[in-house]
Amino acid sequence: MLSYFAALDTPREKGSPSMCSGSPRVLVAIPAYREAKAIGKVVSAILNKFPYDVLVVNDGSPDRTADVAREAGATVLDMPCNLGIGGAVQTGFLYARDRGYDVVVRIDGDGQHEIEDIPNVLEPILAGRADAVIGSRFLGETEYRGSIPRIFGIRFFRFLVNVTTGYRVSDPTSGFFAINRSLIEFYSHHYPSDYPEVDAYILMHRLKARAVEVPVRMYERVEGKSSITAFQAVYYMVKVTLSYLINCLRRFG
Amino acid sequence: MSRVTLFSICASTALLLYILEMVRRRRLREEYSILWLAGSVVILVLSLKQDWLVGLARAAGIAYPPSFLFLIGILFILLILIHFSIAISKLHQMNKKMAQEIALMKSNRQDHERGT
Repeated sequence: MLSYFAALDTPREKGSPSMCSGSPRVLVAIPAYREAKAIGKVVSAILNKFPYDVLVVNDGSPDRTADVAREAGATVLDMPCNLGIGGAVQTGFLYARDRGYDVVVRIDGDGQHEIEDIPNVLEPILAGRADAVIGSRFLGETEYRGSIPRIFGIRFFRFLVNVTTGYRVSDPTSGFFAINRSLIEFYSHHYPSDYPEVDAYILMHRLKARAVEVPVRMYERVEGKSSITAFQAVYYMVKVTLSYLINCLRRFG
Repeated sequence: MSRVTLFSICASTALLLYILEMVRRRRLREEYSILWLAGSVVILVLSLKQDWLVGLARAAGIAYPPSFLFLIGILFILLILIHFSIAISKLHQMNKKMAQEIALMKSNRQDHERGT
């Protein structure tokens, strides 16, 4: 079921040194903006089922997102203003870095991602087989049906990622992924701002990270409105393509 | 002296004085004034030194010398705008870092208050 899009025999001694002592510490990071209706259910479901810590990064929501998440038992980071999704996710990585977490799983706060799939996304990292695991809605039995422009966009980014990095990825815009300690530290310094997922691949590629895709279930939105409207789709494509190509030229030290 | 020359002398002198005054009153930071000052000085010098202007315009293949002055003006405006875009991006980056720091500090303080 796994689709490997990086060579697994990449010579890399790093593995997971911090995991040797005791069980690895896992943080589930959930960026949230105006998710007061859905976030409570997501947080309490995770806390009931799994032993992971849950962090909600409230990206300056005007509604009760932070209170609801806190009442459900999550740690909440309250951004003083709206930074956009990339900035919020990066704040989660900063928190994980400072608190010494070994793995971060990032999921959406609107209930689109099936939380039962979290262990599947974690497994390759915990087993030391991957540095990053991306949950794909297109592997396995897919229930996901997107709009035509969205599918077109996904095809396009699939092609772009494949041509520039060699990663064979089925779901390049997936916001359901897990990363290990070395990527947490790297992303704490460099993380794209607006629509980070596609961009993140070029960074992974630069680090020679071993990235793996696993099938996950994703659903249509239940509450709230999608962060991407039809008009923004064009801007999204142009902006992501531009920053992606520029990232190819950048140096990271 | 043609009217267009007289006009460009007056305009660039006024701009130069205005920018200097803003810097003097600390309403404009020195780093943002440099390009404005350089632009107005170049235009002022070329307005005063007609033969330099004619020579440069000819070298650039421009038949009507005052057009060359406009060209210089436009180029400086472009440079200034790019400079602003860069400055805004820098501020954006700093702003993001500060917002993140604040969010992390707030959470640290809450932990502290809970006594953990």
